Amino acid sequence: MLKICRKELADHFGSTRFLILFGLIFMVALVTTYMAAANLRETLEGMTKPSQVFLLLFTVPGKFFSLVQFIAFFGPLIGIITGFDAINRERNNRTLTKLASQPIYRDAIINGKFLAGVLTITVMLVSLVLLIAGMGLFTVGIVPGWEEVGRLLVYLLISIAYVSFWLGLAILFSILFRSLATSALAAVALWIFCSFFIGFAADLAADGVKPVKNPRDPEQVVANRRLADTVSLASPVVLYSQSTSTILDPFRRSRSNLVLLSPLERFSLERFQNPLPLDQSILVVGPHLLLLAGLTLCCFALSYLVFLRQEIRSS
Amino acid sequence: MAAVIKTEGLTRRYGRQTAVDALSFELGAGEVFGFLGPNGAGKTTTILMLLGLTEPTSGRAEVLGLDPVRQPLQIKRQVGYLPENVGFYDDLTARENLRYVAALNELPEAKSRALTEEALQTVGLAEAGDKLVGQYSRGMRQRLGIAELLIKEPKLVILDEPALGLDPDGMNKMLDLIAALNREKGITVLMCTHLLHHVERLCGRVGIMSKGRLAALGAIGELARQQPGGASGPASLEQIYLRYCQEEKPC
Repeated sequence: MLKICRKELADHFGSTRFLILFGLIFMVALVTTYMAAANLRETLEGMTKPSQVFLLLFTVPGKFFSLVQFIAFFGPLIGIITGFDAINRERNNRTLTKLASQPIYRDAIINGKFLAGVLTITVMLVSLVLLIAGMGLFTVGIVPGWEEVGRLLVYLLISIAYVSFWLGLAILFSILFRSLATSALAAVALWIFCSFFIGFAADLAADGVKPVKNPRDPEQVVANRRLADTVSLASPVVLYSQSTSTILDPFRRSRSNLVLLSPLERFSLERFQNPLPLDQSILVVGPHLLLLAGLTLCCFALSYLVFLRQEIRSS
Repeated sequence: MAAVIKTEGLTRRYGRQTAVDALSFELGAGEVFGFLGPNGAGKTTTILMLLGLTEPTSGRAEVLGLDPVRQPLQIKRQVGYLPENVGFYDDLTARENLRYVAALNELPEAKSRALTEEALQTVGLAEAGDKLVGQYSRGMRQRLGIAELLIKEPKLVILDEPALGLDPDGMNKMLDLIAALNREKGITVLMCTHLLHHVERLCGRVGIMSKGRLAALGAIGELARQQPGGASGPASLEQIYLRYCQEEKPC
């Protein structure tokens, strides 16, 4: 398995596609730092007692987007690009039969490929965060405290799990579909659905099950919104962006929609800006994290099963 | 002489269709066996079952005294399989391709290097060893396929159409190569092909499959004598083949 993993890693790092991705990521790092640094002062002025300023580098949206939003939307693309041709490229090149006739277990093929993908993703994300942190140190001149470093680490872990989910999905499609284009398109279609259309889908579902007959009845509105929120959690994109924004923003103490906050909660949020300790932030998003990890594991397990049951012959 | 391959009632069904039907045959050490039959007769399925890549529906097989269902790794360590139209990693050189196979076979570094060079020498690709396989001609790819088998130092090689699509000179070289492997290294060969004159030249015994069943099995000379109504003297392999394979589908 390690042999396969090593070869796949060499393939990933040697490929043009990786270079392009890395160029893109480097650019993103530059732009994010620049925008965050430019908007940091403004944001700081709005706060009563600024703390953990370093994290703002990653969460201040600036004119376009923050890093966190960027990874939530385009992280899937990294996963898909790394994995969409994992198995069917071997099949089309007729190397799969050969690989399977070597003295290795069949699951070593898929394990090795998944592991290599996860390692590639890890390298990319870690270097991205380090780049931004480094450039942030230069431009803004704030030194992160331990708490902030801890939060960044947790953020990295979640991000790796999240992108690995898409990697697993892409590998699953590469097993199911023989053609490279089909598997890439299927994964991209799912990605677009999960990031852009899940909101509409959630609204539709909520209106269908708990319709708002009287818009002035707050109970109905709240029930409707609650359901929409729950449904949209089916999308890993929503899951991820909610959990990471809580992890990186110590002032957030609830993951729910701001509309649904009780008045007292909102009051405390606005008036007393006391940061939550890291472990409390993690507790707040605990269920999200579990769900995300579960999704990733399910996705991998499914591709594992399908691959083991599939006929190996190419014709 | 111990049997290298032994099958008893080996059967594989896909849904209602029976790809291989109660196949029983034996292959002795050092033989060159020709495995014939029309496309879709079940040859490839049989091979996959012998290597443990597909599980038989019923019946059993034994390769080098091992059970493919339970001990596929031990079998794959000693048996080389060259699939039809074998593929390589086109963006790697021939040497790198071979080294990868050696790594998958868990050969130590020094041995991997030595065997790679030896295999490239044997198939005559030593000079082209550092070229990307993507630039190889079909003949070279096919020979690289053989080199890949040699990395394992196999006791048995299974070749699926090793000479298909080669030019006459390439075909000749390929056949000589296979014969040399059998003669010099004592490797048992099971060869699937449609090129009957190759079979006549190389193989001692043949098995002819038709619709999943083994229609004929034996030495070529024996089969020729068995021909019913063979008044016109000993039949050629082509006549024998056509007889067994046309019988059931007249057209």
